[in-house]
Amino acid sequence: MRDVAVIGVGSTKFGELWGESFRALGIEAGARAMKDANMGGDEIDAIYIGNMSAGRLINQQHIDALIADYTGMAADHVPATRVEAGGASGGVAFRQGVMAVASGMHNCVIVGGAEKMTDMDDVSINDVLNATADAEWEAGMGLTLPSLYAMISRRMISEGIATREEIAACAVNSHFHGAFNQDAQFQKAVSLDTVLRSGPVADPLSVFDCAPISDGASAVILCPLEEAKQHTDSYVKVAATMQASDTLALYQRPTITSFGATAAAAQRAYQAAHISAHDIDVAEIHDDFTVAGVMALQDLALFPKGEAGKAFLEGQTKFDAGRVAVNTSGGLKAKGYPVGAAGVSQIVELTDQLLGRAQGRQVKDAKYGLAQSVGGTGSAVTVTILEAI
Amino acid sequence: MAMVVAREWREIPGRYNLEGTKCGCCGRIFFPSRAFCPDCRRESIGKMAPFRLSRKGEVYSFSVVHEASNINRRMMPYTVAFIRNDDGVMLAGQIVDIEPEKVCIGMKVHAVLRKLDEDGNAGIIHYAFKFVPDE
Amino acid sequence: METGIISYGAYVPRYRIKPEEIGRIWGVDGKAMGSGLMINQKSVPSPDEDVVTIATVAARDMLDRVPAVDSHKIGAVYVGSESHPYAVKPTATIVAEAIGATPNMTAADLEFACKAGTAGFQICLGLVGSGMVEYGVAIGADTSQGAPGDALEYSAAAGGAAYLFGSEHVIARVNKTLSFTTDTPDFWRREGQTYPVHGGRFTGEPAYFRHVTSAAKMMLDAMGTKPADYTYAIFHQPNGKFPTRVAKQLGFSNEQIACGLLTPEIGNTYSGAVPLGLAHVLDHAKAGDRIFVVSYGSGAGSDAFDLTVTDEMTRFQRDRAPVLDRILSYTVAIDYGTYAKFKGSIALPEE
Repeated sequence: MRDVAVIGVGSTKFGELWGESFRALGIEAGARAMKDANMGGDEIDAIYIGNMSAGRLINQQHIDALIADYTGMAADHVPATRVEAGGASGGVAFRQGVMAVASGMHNCVIVGGAEKMTDMDDVSINDVLNATADAEWEAGMGLTLPSLYAMISRRMISEGIATREEIAACAVNSHFHGAFNQDAQFQKAVSLDTVLRSGPVADPLSVFDCAPISDGASAVILCPLEEAKQHTDSYVKVAATMQASDTLALYQRPTITSFGATAAAAQRAYQAAHISAHDIDVAEIHDDFTVAGVMALQDLALFPKGEAGKAFLEGQTKFDAGRVAVNTSGGLKAKGYPVGAAGVSQIVELTDQLLGRAQGRQVKDAKYGLAQSVGGTGSAVTVTILEAI
Repeated sequence: MAMVVAREWREIPGRYNLEGTKCGCCGRIFFPSRAFCPDCRRESIGKMAPFRLSRKGEVYSFSVVHEASNINRRMMPYTVAFIRNDDGVMLAGQIVDIEPEKVCIGMKVHAVLRKLDEDGNAGIIHYAFKFVPDE
Repeated sequence: METGIISYGAYVPRYRIKPEEIGRIWGVDGKAMGSGLMINQKSVPSPDEDVVTIATVAARDMLDRVPAVDSHKIGAVYVGSESHPYAVKPTATIVAEAIGATPNMTAADLEFACKAGTAGFQICLGLVGSGMVEYGVAIGADTSQGAPGDALEYSAAAGGAAYLFGSEHVIARVNKTLSFTTDTPDFWRREGQTYPVHGGRFTGEPAYFRHVTSAAKMMLDAMGTKPADYTYAIFHQPNGKFPTRVAKQLGFSNEQIACGLLTPEIGNTYSGAVPLGLAHVLDHAKAGDRIFVVSYGSGAGSDAFDLTVTDEMTRFQRDRAPVLDRILSYTVAIDYGTYAKFKGSIALPEE
């Protein structure tokens, strides 16, 4: 198995992009990534695309073909694979791309993540998102995805792992960073009070505890580490990319205040990268809900149990705080959450950080970056560690 | 116009009567039903028996749903919960017949049959278990 | 072979609305309406309740009280109502599934206005008495509709009770049942119509009173009894006034009918009315008590029953399920807006 490098990254703006179609977004992200890698396109020999639910959101199946076609790759019959794992679609697609290069099966892979969500009404979008929980026994019984995360929150609070304010502070951190990201959906810092006083979604979680509905796409180019220099001087190494599964339904687990899949994937990743959590300088975590962000920091061993919420509240997660910088892109909450794109856009941000190109939010001497992508209520998790070369 | 009904009809034993499965090897009880035991794996194939779970339990966690949806339009906001039943198995469902503010972790509840939703005015009505407080 | 009631269960939804509140909306003196009807409040089902769910709670409580009875030995389930959720597809099969009686059994839904429940009693008595089934279940339940602004809106309520009939461990022996039936169009609802229509004052003398008194007199005659021979009497109760008046006409006292008269506190539960009244009596009755029951269904007919509570009642595990006094103590008052929302009177946009 050979080492893999990320040699180019690109992303569209995230937001309610009424004028952009799904295929337009996919192409734009891909084009930016190709430019960043100094490539024309002929080099690509496989495409992976993370997409949660184009079949329901825009009635389009066969996303692999759509992307291959509109990137011009279909003309050369380049193989394309669409990957779905709920919110982890992007992270899983990225890992598939890395495996393709590491195994020697392919030499130059583009991994994209894209979602077009605003072509559907809000109530129906919620139904689509709820389908990443147990459709029969959670969503089917009236338990929405936000209510599942709300139940996690209630246990976190009752078990003394985090307070309501500490949970909400994850959103404050995301918005603080989003203000520096010109591609973010929300580029304005918010106060803790704003988060706490926003309208209820699923008690105790409110509007500001939940990532928005967004359109957007991101893409990254991968090649063997030993060949990276042939394309560019700006590249990073994929030190590890690990994935873990868990039960589909949240209530089938022994505990709901921790995602076992995150902990498992993280353990495997730290081991493969020969580092410990302590070495991570910058982390992009899956804060589709604030409480998920708090859990992530603990399950990733970036903060001890009971300390992650405090870290958010006290600003220890800011890019210039000198501990581990969390969600410098604005996270899912402020950057935006076009679901399939999330896991790939995290790689874009980490690459920029490790290459010293993160405008206005640069983490000093960033050497190791970690990306966590989550599906459903932690039913699938990928943890990727990138290393500055 | 034919309406597809099999999907929810298949789930009636679970939805009406909390019918799950019990592993013939280790005795572990599952809800919903499973074809084999994740602990005993191959050993359990053919040894999983239907098992009616106790309707009694207590609240493990809960949330009050405020988002607009197509169910419960006349009962907003509504409470959802994870309930640990008397067999020690976790169940997920709505809690009704009590104001959301009065629900608390540890509260004793029991399952009753209620309308879950319906396929429009002309379609099938779906019944399932919901939880009500013990009084 | 002694046949009769082996167990029973009853349920009334907890929401209540007062006549004053209904009257407030329509510009009518609701309090006066309530007094005139002898109704203080009526029960309202939650939006997720219907005849299926009400019948199921009652039937499950009924079985909880007789843990020795194997539900698979139930040979028949009948649900009588005028508000079955489906016009075609029986409530009875859903309830049968929910109580574990399926599949070796027969079932059907019944309609006979407010006496569809007791019609089911008679069918079960016949099936059990003839040896065709070991156990039969008959349920009377309704979530009746009263047209907004109509007099019936003050009384149309929701509730039901379930009865297990058999020949072993009988707690209330049915000494006799008989009926008085004619074609009398006092109250009806055409297929496809939401609300029933009534004949105004025609619903009194030629309808309710004629059929109830005729069946009652036939029963007293057949049994050679006088009203004083009975501990309790239960009459159909579309309001509090009619049963009080008919009791007096027949020679029964207010004390005899008090226990079985629930309408003043819960409204008219239609097919559930007599079954619920009887359930309240059975909650309080002792061995040796004699019970006189006459139901009434518009269209029209009355079913009469003469029951004797047996010694088995002392062994009956009534407390394995909540008694009606307890169920009726949990009430939640609602306003007209909530009532209209619950009943579906407010049209929601198409999904």
